[in-house]
Amino acid sequence: MSPLLTVENLRVSFPTRTGEVNAVRGVSFTLGRERLGIVGESGSGKSQTGRAIMGLTPGHAKITADRLNFDGVDLLSASKRQRRDMRGKRMAMILQDPKYSLNPVMPIGKQIIETLRTHESVSGRQARDRALAMLEAVQIRDPERVFDLYPHEVSGGMGQRIMIAMMLVCGPELLIADEPTSALDVTVQLEVLGILDKLVAERGMGLIFVSHDLRLVSSFCDRVLVMYAGRVVEELPSANLAAAQHPYTRGLLNCLPTIGSHRHPLPVLERQAEWTQ
Amino acid sequence: MTGTALSVRDIVVTFDEFVALNHVTMNVNEGESFGIVGESGSGKSTLLRAVAGLNVFESGSLTVAGRSYSGSRRDKEFYRTVQMVFQDPYGSLHPRQTVDRLLLEPLAIHGFSDVDARIARALDEVGLGSGFRFRYSHQLSGGQRQRIAIARALILEPKILLLDEPTSALDASIQAEILNLLEQARKDRNLTFIMVSHDLGVISHMCERLAVMKKGEVVETVSVEALEKREFSQEYTRQLLVASEGFRRTA
Ligand SMILES: Nc1ncnc2c1ncn2[C@@H]1O[C@H](COP(=O)(O)OP(=O)(O)OP(=O)(O)O)[C@@H](O)[C@H]1O
Ligand SMILES: Nc1ncnc2c1ncn2[C@@H]1O[C@H](COP(=O)(O)OP(=O)(O)OP(=O)(O)O)[C@@H](O)[C@H]1O
Ligand SMILES: [Mg+2]
Ligand SMILES: [Mg+2]
Repeated sequence: MSPLLTVENLRVSFPTRTGEVNAVRGVSFTLGRERLGIVGESGSGKSQTGRAIMGLTPGHAKITADRLNFDGVDLLSASKRQRRDMRGKRMAMILQDPKYSLNPVMPIGKQIIETLRTHESVSGRQARDRALAMLEAVQIRDPERVFDLYPHEVSGGMGQRIMIAMMLVCGPELLIADEPTSALDVTVQLEVLGILDKLVAERGMGLIFVSHDLRLVSSFCDRVLVMYAGRVVEELPSANLAAAQHPYTRGLLNCLPTIGSHRHPLPVLERQAEWTQ
Repeated sequence: MTGTALSVRDIVVTFDEFVALNHVTMNVNEGESFGIVGESGSGKSTLLRAVAGLNVFESGSLTVAGRSYSGSRRDKEFYRTVQMVFQDPYGSLHPRQTVDRLLLEPLAIHGFSDVDARIARALDEVGLGSGFRFRYSHQLSGGQRQRIAIARALILEPKILLLDEPTSALDASIQAEILNLLEQARKDRNLTFIMVSHDLGVISHMCERLAVMKKGEVVETVSVEALEKREFSQEYTRQLLVASEGFRRTA
């Protein structure tokens, strides 16, 4: 079976006054109907990789790749229009800053309905029911109340789940989830992961899960890519994260505080110049 | 015996009909590091915000360093004693202000004179050199922003820091740096911490006691020692502990 997504030698760079910033420097991977994790430190290019796949890179940036293919469609030569039609419907991305991705002056329920109706012709009644059902699916306690709230009236974790609901309401085949659960408490986090997990298993969705939480990624995904300075430095089967070879990955695993281990101060990463080579 | 740094008694906060905090009581000792965990939407941020005067509480009482406060009125003296670091490092600092301006503002409000020395010391304390002083906050990474937010909170030399998920938006390596920084500051200045996190690993690393919140109520207060020995009574606390071990696929 051909993969859902093929990425070969993806590069993203930004021209700035002080020269080019190479955010992504030759990333390659394929994705089937599975859960792929991407971990890596802040600024390593995780979000820009996801955005390039989605067609959400800022206009002034330069993107090149040997291949960027989604289910037979060449994304590099697709028109703006084609990509817009795909977005939301066939592929969706849960952006990292939910507060910025929600419209601050529109009630939450209305925003979900609008997303749905951009891509499907459904009646107002049906749209409302599906929006409420989606809020319930992401474990929002009283969907009817939250439906009418504005983004500033919900908690950090609720905002994240609302974004997830909005991205899932059309049933995409590819979902890129960029730190989708970082503001959630652990029990809700697991419930949300359970929802994503079900979508992969039952609907055959492909999932790219971007996170800095190694423990979570290793327990949830099938494979993990470790990024550092715009490159993939290591690919691991999740079950084997502890066997990581790259010193960056090993350092990351070592600096997590865990219950019952009292290490004061916590070990921190000593970054090496050769990791960026 | 050490005194009480902060005590909240029977606080109620509502938004229209919705009860966000339902008679919450909490006592934090001087010099203690106190954790708050609980599910999303359980009222953790609302509680810190009510203490800081950013949410009004309708009934109940708040005592800080022996002084009582009500509603949302807080005097200058309060902010000399209590400072807050917010959940979202991207939203909490004005993006178009320089680090210098951000640090100067609280000093100016409270009429400090030796501002230059204080700003230099504050930057140094959070591990950022003077090279950062004239950068805009939108030019900083998430971790750097959080350091600035901490510097800004520490610059008035408060006694109590309210920390709302100070590291949840940061990756593990930066998280370790920030947690070390906070611990060092606490040791050096004998600070009291009230720290919200959804990560029990972080709370057990940083705190001596913690309150577990659910649906606007504190359902349990336990010591970290008891947590580690699994000596607690609430089912929800157990769920949190299990969940902190990662995702488990059922069936
Ligand atoms: N508009 C831009 N102009 C210049 N550089 C940019 C721009 N947007 C992103 N970058 C740079 O690209 C690099 C990769 O950023 P990206 O957002 O992909 O990081 P990330 O791995 O998602 O980090 P985080 O964990 O903090 O979200 C960073 O060094 C960032 O500063
Ligand atoms: N300004 C507001 N208007 C209406 N409801 C609000 C407002 N602020 C908070 N709430 C509600 O109060 C409840 C508690 O919110 P709070 O932000 O305290 O949660 P939290 O425990 O910090 O959650 P998280 O872990 O997701 O940050 C939520 O149901 C939220 O919708
Ligand atoms: Mg990112
Ligand atoms: Mg909160």
